[in-house]
Amino acid sequence: MPEYYVLMFKSVTGAMQAEKILKKSAIPFKIIPLPKTISTDCGICIRFEAEQLESIKLALASKVEYSDIRKI
Amino acid sequence: MPVTSNSKQENMKLIYLDNAATSWPKPEDTYKAADSYARDIGGSPGRSGHRISVEAARIVFDARDSLSMLMGAGNPMRIVFCKNATEALNISIFGLLNPGDHAIATGMEHNSVLRPLKALEKRGVELSIAQCSPEGEVDPFIINKMIKKNTRVIYMLHASNVTGTIMPVEEVGKIAAGKGILFCLDAAQTMGALDIDVLKMNISLLAFTGHKSLFGFQGTGGLYIREGVEAMLKPLLLGGTGSNSEKFEQPDFMPDKYESGTLNTHGIAGLGAGVDFILNTGVAAIRKKEIELSGKFMEEAGTVKGLRLFGPVDPLKKTPVVSFLLNGRDPADIALKLDEQFGILSRAGLHCAPSAHMTIGSFPGGTNRFSFGYFNSMDDVKAAIKAVEELSIE
Repeated sequence: MPEYYVLMFKSVTGAMQAEKILKKSAIPFKIIPLPKTISTDCGICIRFEAEQLESIKLALASKVEYSDIRKI
Repeated sequence: MPVTSNSKQENMKLIYLDNAATSWPKPEDTYKAADSYARDIGGSPGRSGHRISVEAARIVFDARDSLSMLMGAGNPMRIVFCKNATEALNISIFGLLNPGDHAIATGMEHNSVLRPLKALEKRGVELSIAQCSPEGEVDPFIINKMIKKNTRVIYMLHASNVTGTIMPVEEVGKIAAGKGILFCLDAAQTMGALDIDVLKMNISLLAFTGHKSLFGFQGTGGLYIREGVEAMLKPLLLGGTGSNSEKFEQPDFMPDKYESGTLNTHGIAGLGAGVDFILNTGVAAIRKKEIELSGKFMEEAGTVKGLRLFGPVDPLKKTPVVSFLLNGRDPADIALKLDEQFGILSRAGLHCAPSAHMTIGSFPGGTNRFSFGYFNSMDDVKAAIKAVEELSIE
């Protein structure tokens, strides 16, 4: 099983903004409903494999505000 | 146009000259986008997390993104969807002003600004109205002189819905920025038709409607909120946002703070397509065509005996909105004849802007108004001229 992280947002609009930017990169990710055990932020989050962590951070830096990144 | 009149002349071609009330027709993609959302997607944007809910959220985000590009907002998160420009203006007025605050507006404002401001005046908000010339033009110097210690906001429309007069947005923006006060622009008549750059123009709040020059549907509009302004701007509606659901407090972040309740996704899908049409066509190309149409009409109408034009006659100084009176006759009577005898659809009366009509000297009777749009042709203009010529000698 690969190790996963989730990128969380206060607003769904933030998740959509991040998705649009990440889609233009080659980074693999998936939009999933946010596991409620993690947080009660907006209902969806972006899940990706641990090895993408740095490229995700770099791609979104100073473009998108996210509330947290957590390992799941 | 593919529509025929219901009146006696069954096959009369209709000429739609009421684009300042709502634009029609829309670009084909506007219709398609709403249909495709309603038929093939249909989910609630961002509420649920399943694929059609996420797809609906994407549609809403894409529209936000396109709007952000069109107005130079720099970040789609700064745009909030509302049901129309009136709601956006009500947020900008009721959400900001407290008793003891001073606000400035111009004499050309629409009732969507003046009614809320007058209501707040009764609750202790001070209001100054900058008088405009009979052409509807405002002198930024007068606005500058009105600013005092407790002035918080200048409310100004970008262009008049009665005369089309374009207001000095950049100058007033500079004045507001220089004095450290807020500047709220009512762009109901102009977004998509004139260049707007909210950052360059020092605009703090910009209210827009979706169904006029943005080529979307009625029931859509929104508000641009400059970074930081949301900290002092209260929402009008509180409720479900799909975020922070464990809390009874309204979220304090953009755009959820101002977007309670399910959005009009059908409408926003159409609006997004309308804005994309503008981005692809170019505001400059739209503006060029509209200047040609209104310029030709004013040039010819100016020679019709008994026809009095209101507002600037230079098409560069206005949007393609032309107010006139014919031999001093009742505008409602003229509008009915235009509709029934010529198939020309226009608007008569006060156009929800009594203060503007007082300024230009046409209160309380109002004027006839032709408002041309990108989808009008020179033939429509010629037919309009022929109609007013015939009515003038009637």
